[in-house]
Amino acid sequence: MTTQIENTTSGLQYLPFEGRIAELDARIAELREEMAQGHDHGGEIRRLQQMLAEELGRLYAHLTPWQVVQVARHPQRPLFRDYLNLMVKNGRELHGDRCFGDDPAIVTALGQIGRDKVLVVGQEKGRDVKEKIAVNFGCPNPEGYRKALAKMKLAEKFGLPIVTFIDTPGAYPGIGAEERGQAQAIAMNLREMPRLRVPIICIVIGEGGSGGALGIGVGDRLAILQYAYYSVISPEGCAGILWRDGSQADKAAESLRLTAPELKALGLVDAVIPESLGGAHRNVHDTIYNVEQYITRTLRDLKRTRIENLLENRFRRLRAIGGAEQRVLPARYAKPRLPDRVSAEAQLRRAASEPAPDVPAVSPFGPDDPAAET
Amino acid sequence: MAKTKPGWDGYSLKRRREMPEGLWMACPSCQNMLYRKTVEENLHVCPECDHHFRIDGKERLRQLVDEGSFEEQVAEMTSTDPLAFVAGETCYADRIEAYKNKGCHEAMRVGKAFIRGRGVMLAVMDFAFLGGSMGMVVGEKFCLAVDRAIEEVLPLVVVSASGGARMHEGVVSLGQMAKTSAALARFDDAGGLFISVLTDPTTGGVTASFAMLGDVILAEPRALIGFAGPRTIYETIKIELPEGFQRSEFLLEHGFVDMIVHRRDLRSEIGRLIDYCGK
Ligand SMILES: [Zn+2]
Repeated sequence: MTTQIENTTSGLQYLPFEGRIAELDARIAELREEMAQGHDHGGEIRRLQQMLAEELGRLYAHLTPWQVVQVARHPQRPLFRDYLNLMVKNGRELHGDRCFGDDPAIVTALGQIGRDKVLVVGQEKGRDVKEKIAVNFGCPNPEGYRKALAKMKLAEKFGLPIVTFIDTPGAYPGIGAEERGQAQAIAMNLREMPRLRVPIICIVIGEGGSGGALGIGVGDRLAILQYAYYSVISPEGCAGILWRDGSQADKAAESLRLTAPELKALGLVDAVIPESLGGAHRNVHDTIYNVEQYITRTLRDLKRTRIENLLENRFRRLRAIGGAEQRVLPARYAKPRLPDRVSAEAQLRRAASEPAPDVPAVSPFGPDDPAAET
Repeated sequence: MAKTKPGWDGYSLKRRREMPEGLWMACPSCQNMLYRKTVEENLHVCPECDHHFRIDGKERLRQLVDEGSFEEQVAEMTSTDPLAFVAGETCYADRIEAYKNKGCHEAMRVGKAFIRGRGVMLAVMDFAFLGGSMGMVVGEKFCLAVDRAIEEVLPLVVVSASGGARMHEGVVSLGQMAKTSAALARFDDAGGLFISVLTDPTTGGVTASFAMLGDVILAEPRALIGFAGPRTIYETIKIELPEGFQRSEFLLEHGFVDMIVHRRDLRSEIGRLIDYCGK
């Protein structure tokens, strides 16, 4: 599974910070062309490829959070359809929520990964403009979440593990979506997924856009690809709130701690799945192979666990988020910290030993604080 | 309604005495000038048009529970600022500190209380605290309330008012959506009654988690309730939003709330529901 697919000659696209990579790729492609016409550039090509590998290694080891977001949105990044085609054998797509319609932004299919029969649920963003429009740019409507839940209950009934692939900018904010209960649809999934009696693995393969991602993102394991991101709000949205200026998204991306290593450090994801050198788009097969390895290995573990224990652990893992043991990150900038950064556990203990004081009122007519939006 | 001051006897060359700050207020709905005290005595509801003003957690408790019956839990729990969130001028830790100095600890208060003599576990949200946003403390308090409701076989009543998940805690706050919903799954398994009361505004991650998971869902009249904020929707689709969009009545019409309850009837409705469904 190490086939070198699509190289420069087949039109790889470059991000703004990849200028040097593009140059090297172009030069190598040029030399290859000449090789085909009989010139011997073998040594030079090897030298350039060495340089390219080093350059990619250096660049991708130090991507800024905003650059990571751009890689996660790369137009040639493998999408859920690619995983479905390259990883899932004998896939049978199932349609419809039995209620309103069939949302193509969330795909559900029975299939086989490795030797395991599973249900896969994935968010599809679409490759070209036509596809993107058809799948609403990967922004699911309520019927997508309801379809996912209906099929997951089917999987539960027949003992099939569930693997979800998360890749969405967010649940769709539209009139129809509100009329049909976007919030209620997501909430139902959040309540039902913790008690589905089959193993569930969730993988963020691209964009983990807030509640829209979480709506199919509750399970026994949460993994994230190396250059994918997962955030409570888009960097643009965050910048819009903080600075009334979406173009400061790069700064917002830093503050939000949305990269895989940061999420791992916070204990919010279980595993970071490595991508090919220079990002998943440079070698789709290698990346998908890594994901497949992760799934088969993890499923083996989960299937060994008794379902009662699995459910108990799943619940404990959710309860631990923001709980007494929640890990905290060191400040990125030298700024005076909260004077008493008491752990939640210590606060709990203290609160238990003291009578609760009456809290004075604050003005109910104070200015609205648009602190948050999901 | 009369807008003249008492004792006013016509034109005067003297500089008009400034009205004491905030003695009068304009109703945003019917535009009438209202005497603030009258509004307050009317449960913060406009006596002219029934517009329900937003109220903070303390006032909500005063209106909702039997006097003196609220026994608060973990009142002082504060966020540990897991992201060490700093962005430009915004330092999350400083903002929490500022609220604490004002005596406001978090966007949710939980505790045991009595409503018309029925014991309940109660959680009320406070929109005045960072837009009522849900972070780790709100999630943790909520789960503690659910735990205790299961333990003591009490109905759970949650009054929501929130802009959604708290941006400053990143995916930790997003996780609270899953965490609170999972706690409700257990509460559901235990056969508990969960009454969710939606007030103005309830949007984002709170609507998309516990607020929409009530066994019975009540809403105050004309409250803004939705997943995405109206501004976000407008910026996405660029067409004018229909009149009454995302208001309580809209949700009732589309089948997402059980009933719309005037603030003055909230206590009695909750009491009645507990008599039917609680144990
Ligand atoms: Zn009015």
